[in-house]
Amino acid sequence: MADLAARPNQASPPPTWPDDVYRILKEADVKQVGMVPDAGHSRLIRAFEADPETRVVTLTTEEEGVAMLAGAWLGGQRGVLLMQSSGVGNCINMLSLPAICHMPLLMLVTMRGDWGEFNPWQIPMGQGTHAALEAMGVIVTRADEPHLVAQTVWGAANLAFNTWRPAAVLIGQRVLGAKNFKELARK
Amino acid sequence: MTNPNALLHRRDVVGELLRDRGDLLVIAGLGAPNWDVSAAGDNPNNFPLWGAMGAASMMGLGLALAQPKRKVLVVTGDGEMLMNLGSLATIAVERPPNLTIAVLDNERFGETGMQRTHTASGVDLAAMALAAGIRTSRVVRTMEQVTEIRDLAYQGKGPVFAQVKINPEALVFVLPPADGVILTARFRQSVLGDEALYN
Repeated sequence: MADLAARPNQASPPPTWPDDVYRILKEADVKQVGMVPDAGHSRLIRAFEADPETRVVTLTTEEEGVAMLAGAWLGGQRGVLLMQSSGVGNCINMLSLPAICHMPLLMLVTMRGDWGEFNPWQIPMGQGTHAALEAMGVIVTRADEPHLVAQTVWGAANLAFNTWRPAAVLIGQRVLGAKNFKELARK
Repeated sequence: MTNPNALLHRRDVVGELLRDRGDLLVIAGLGAPNWDVSAAGDNPNNFPLWGAMGAASMMGLGLALAQPKRKVLVVTGDGEMLMNLGSLATIAVERPPNLTIAVLDNERFGETGMQRTHTASGVDLAAMALAAGIRTSRVVRTMEQVTEIRDLAYQGKGPVFAQVKINPEALVFVLPPADGVILTARFRQSVLGDEALYN
């Protein structure tokens, strides 16, 4: 089963949706990118790192990014927070800030503990991500097909920046391709 | 000759840091630092936090990056700073010259009954900031040193970190507006002009 899951991704050309997401975030005037990296975000991060108009800030924990982008908004800049679903759990109390202050916060979350997951430790946070975000007042949308990611990000970016609310896009593991470290390990 | 063991008074420290503040932007951490900054005078260029513990330093970074021509001062407490020590590493890496962080260190969780914080047992925040890579980082024990920190902050010689040892006195609360929407809108309008109301 693991082979069936992994093979289409290995055979496919590199995904182009990160390029579309980059273009959409540039059109949305994003200037600060806070991130705790994930493989699913790597192409988007490279694009921002090559962009002299964008400041990419590597965080030690995702909640730093929620606070940083609140400060950015106070200073007139828009931003995006890139993370994996496990990082959402690190943000919960800090999400009070955009909620109570009516500040935009755009979060792009690559999912683990989702379609095809091999690591049982990823399941609790991955399966709790959507509910945890909604419990804190974040408007959550989800993309489970590569061709849906860009338009979902476009919608969430407009929602966040036009209505001053936290919004998250969950990018499903089906888009990213399920990892399986077992294939890399010697048993 | 002043007693070297005498602790500074928190509102004297904040009053000196905010003396002739000009267009300085201020983030105040939740709890007593918020009341101290408010006691020096409510100001649209203040963003006083009533919650989101651990936010102050990183809000200061995001603001400093967004407004590189303005000076940004974060005033927070030792309990709040201890919650987000990783931010010192992030700020050191980003190296914003216009950001100063002043931690009012009374070695206590003042809002919750004066329980001892880690700094009461010797945890050295200034050394941690220095080790993270914030080169200008000090323990401050005199008003002269507070003035030096003020000068560095206003000259944009950051990032600066100051662990200011203060008396664990409980003072009357001086409250700023509590509505986050009001605080956000007036800060943005003050910094960005009326255009902020349309974006």
